[in-house]
Amino acid sequence: MSETTSTAAPEKVRVRLTVNGTSHDLLVEPRTLLADLLRGDLGLTGTHLGCEQGVCGSCTVLVDGTATRSCLVFAAQLDGATVRTVESLGGVDGSLHPIQRAFHENHGLQCGFCTPGMLMGTCELLERTTEPDPDDVREALGGNLCRCTGYQNIVKSVCAAGRALAAERNGAQV
Amino acid sequence: MSTVEDRPTTATTGSPREGERRWVGRSVPRKEDPKLLAGRATFVGDVTLPGMLHGAVLRSPHAHARIVSIDTSAAEAIPGVAAVLTGAQAAELVNPMPAFCAEPVPQTAVAIERVRYPGEAVAIVAATDRYIAEDACAAIRVEYEVLPAVVDPEAAMAPDATRIHETLDSNVAFHRTLDFGDVEGDLARAHTVVRTRARWHRMGAQPMETAGAVASWDPFDKSMTVYSNSNFHNFLPWAFAGMLGVSTNRLRMIPCAVGGSFGSKHFITKVLAIAGALSKATGRPVQYLEDRVDNIAANDNVGCDRIYDAELALAEDGEMLGLTLRIIDDYGAYFQFAHGQHGNAMAQPTGPYRISSLRYDVSCVLTNKVQQGFFRGAGADPGNFVLERLVDKAAEQLGIDRAEIRRRNFIRPDQFPFKTPPGNVYDSGNYAAVLDKALELAGIDDWRAEQERLRAEGRYLGIGLATCQERTGYNASEWWFLYDNPPLPATSTPESVKMDVDAMGGVRVEVGCPLWGNSPETVVSQVVAEEFGIDPGDVSVTYADSTTGAMSAGPGGSRLTIMLSGATRGAARTIRDKMIRIAAHAMEMDPADVECVDGTFRAKGAPGTSMSMADIGMRAHLFFHDTPEDESSGLVAVHTYDHPYSTPPSADRKDMGAFYPMVSHACHIPIVEVDPETGVVTLRAYYAVNDCGTVMNPTLVEGQIVGGIVQGIGAALMEEYRYGEDGALDTPTFREYLVPSMHEVPEIVVEHLETPSPFTEYGVKGAGEGGRLVAPTAIASAVDDALKPLGVWVDELPMTPERVVGMVTDAREGRP
Repeated sequence: MSETTSTAAPEKVRVRLTVNGTSHDLLVEPRTLLADLLRGDLGLTGTHLGCEQGVCGSCTVLVDGTATRSCLVFAAQLDGATVRTVESLGGVDGSLHPIQRAFHENHGLQCGFCTPGMLMGTCELLERTTEPDPDDVREALGGNLCRCTGYQNIVKSVCAAGRALAAERNGAQV
Repeated sequence: MSTVEDRPTTATTGSPREGERRWVGRSVPRKEDPKLLAGRATFVGDVTLPGMLHGAVLRSPHAHARIVSIDTSAAEAIPGVAAVLTGAQAAELVNPMPAFCAEPVPQTAVAIERVRYPGEAVAIVAATDRYIAEDACAAIRVEYEVLPAVVDPEAAMAPDATRIHETLDSNVAFHRTLDFGDVEGDLARAHTVVRTRARWHRMGAQPMETAGAVASWDPFDKSMTVYSNSNFHNFLPWAFAGMLGVSTNRLRMIPCAVGGSFGSKHFITKVLAIAGALSKATGRPVQYLEDRVDNIAANDNVGCDRIYDAELALAEDGEMLGLTLRIIDDYGAYFQFAHGQHGNAMAQPTGPYRISSLRYDVSCVLTNKVQQGFFRGAGADPGNFVLERLVDKAAEQLGIDRAEIRRRNFIRPDQFPFKTPPGNVYDSGNYAAVLDKALELAGIDDWRAEQERLRAEGRYLGIGLATCQERTGYNASEWWFLYDNPPLPATSTPESVKMDVDAMGGVRVEVGCPLWGNSPETVVSQVVAEEFGIDPGDVSVTYADSTTGAMSAGPGGSRLTIMLSGATRGAARTIRDKMIRIAAHAMEMDPADVECVDGTFRAKGAPGTSMSMADIGMRAHLFFHDTPEDESSGLVAVHTYDHPYSTPPSADRKDMGAFYPMVSHACHIPIVEVDPETGVVTLRAYYAVNDCGTVMNPTLVEGQIVGGIVQGIGAALMEEYRYGEDGALDTPTFREYLVPSMHEVPEIVVEHLETPSPFTEYGVKGAGEGGRLVAPTAIASAVDDALKPLGVWVDELPMTPERVVGMVTDAREGRP
């Protein structure tokens, strides 16, 4: 059938990007989504796919510091970019990042599937707004869906993380 | 016939008194969190095996059609495609899906000859990556002969309606009328009979993670290993084996971390069969993970879809006498789980009230929609909605305050255990105290004043009220007792753990249930800590695969905390008793004089001489000659905790027996503001008082309740599967099927009352579904209250803006 001729794979694209501090020089198919590159080739399965159409926010990562839905971005668009995923937050000694700790202490997760997206969205928010109030949190994370928690403890967690990071900074200045 | 007196009277014998508990009842930090926060938990989509292929599914665009032909040649020619299977080809590799129904409604994971709902699988593909698998689906050519779609459940019942299954005489797959008590007499002697025709539309669980499986078939030893997010790997693995065409003792099912279920992932036989068939066809591991459209359109995601004609008979003083429920339930195209959602509803149809008679008339109707599965509430959710609406209506008609009419009819604390008309037993409760506490918590008088003030401004504030049951801890009889001759009259719902104390005193527990988003590791650790006096952080908890034989019905029916408490405590007691015997032997004492305190074993009341967990662990593992005679080496116990109190239904089904007897209770008071012009309902505040017996872990219970309430906000205001006249699914993604976001959620305040269950360890009851079982009807009550000046009566959920505007318009124009 003639359709088969259109399925020849297009030429791969070279992408150099830094993910969680490690630089990569890769050849990717033009249609490879960032989420699939992260989860597949790079083995960073902490980034989760909930809807693959940008509605749920589970796949949120930071691209050059901006919270980005990795299911809506082609890897080929990211030559030269710096990407951070949830795997960048905790320490190799098992220590939790203050944002992770705040979610733990405030019961801001249940099944944990949306959580990586919530955490990375929180990272971006706290870069802009050091001590967000609940309205700031809803404005920033209102597009991230969670089906377990009812959100109340997520909002609490993010506010607490803001306070903890601010206290850490103040402590460091003393 | 069973009686209430058959119950176990002191299931909690030997439990420490409440004041003595150190870990049960505390907000112990959740042990499941770190791996989830770090992104290191293994979900089924994270599983990778050498040589693994990826599956994709071609789905029917039509609600009802005959498959004339399928041409897979172009798909097979695409580089990277390893297998393309039609329904007929898949049926040579795997068997039809197991079903609980007695009626002949066969279902295969991939349709053969005919599709019966939009999104039904027509062909499946395995390829080297998902992109190529989806390319291949797009290259498959299917010719359909479109058949008339049956969409309206009432029209589907007509004798001349297009038949969904030729194997049935009618689209009414099941009908039964059951009377309990003197229904006719109660109707006849009633002063008032209030009636409603209510509509509860189909909604879906919509967990953030879809269903999936990785199947790996070994053609040489005829074994299969399956990773999945199913729950029943340790309950019904033999049923999966039958479907997959694998010997029961050669199927190994491995649980993964699960990204939410809410009832939708118990079986997931479709994804298991699809991955299994593709692995058998290719001889390689195959991962099939639904995308969101697959999950919404074709998973077992869908809850009840009911039309109620309901009547509540009352005496002049508001005493509730009898209840009649005539229910049409749209089951969709298949009947895999039979009428389980109605068996479930029989646990509490008369709510917290002393209603002495019940008529339950149910018609399960088949249409061209995806089949019903299970969704948090599991059949009792619309029941609560309708009953509470009737009670509000009765209060209105009789001129009795809606709190007062409830108070007059509540089962009193001295009436427990209370046998309900259908036979289920309620263990304990204090409903009036819950109501009083909720009214106080909400500050009702202040909100009434606010309502007055806003009404003067032309704004519509409403105060809702609902007092509902949450049946918890089910027994399997609910699956089948509506049949006279059930195909599988099972009566087991076990939960097991395997515990061991190693030679260095480390405690490890392997649970049979999966991690479904709840907190089995934390609960188990709290119980172990309670029984040994050690720190819960020191307990290691892992998850058993299906080869250990540890039976587990897992999370469902708000049972897991009850059942894990029983299983863990049982195992801990077995091991602790053995350790006491070994310690007594070593210290040359009578075992009766040895106690376990703070992880050490010592003479009762004389802490001088003691042995540590490690002392006894080493002795038990390596020093056979130094342990008591007849004592085997090691410290291992498997404990299976069966349902703490269940009785069989009577043969004539006049008494369904006790099958859901741990009954929690809640009163919810939501505050809403309604804009009658736009139809938008805004939650201003939400108050809930809950009694789930002894609270195992306050923080985690509150998390369950708040999460359930927010799903209830979705049920009340936005969630609905919508179908076009041609049967097309109009809500196949999260863009059309709306779930609540942070923006729809008010501050939710939760408080507790604790009426321990006499049937369970520590007195715990379940709490997993309560939020969603109460919130929809409470919010309906609030919208009613808001729009009372306009004469609106809410009898249909969800109250979308369109429906609210429609109700306001109808009321203004005097239409019913």
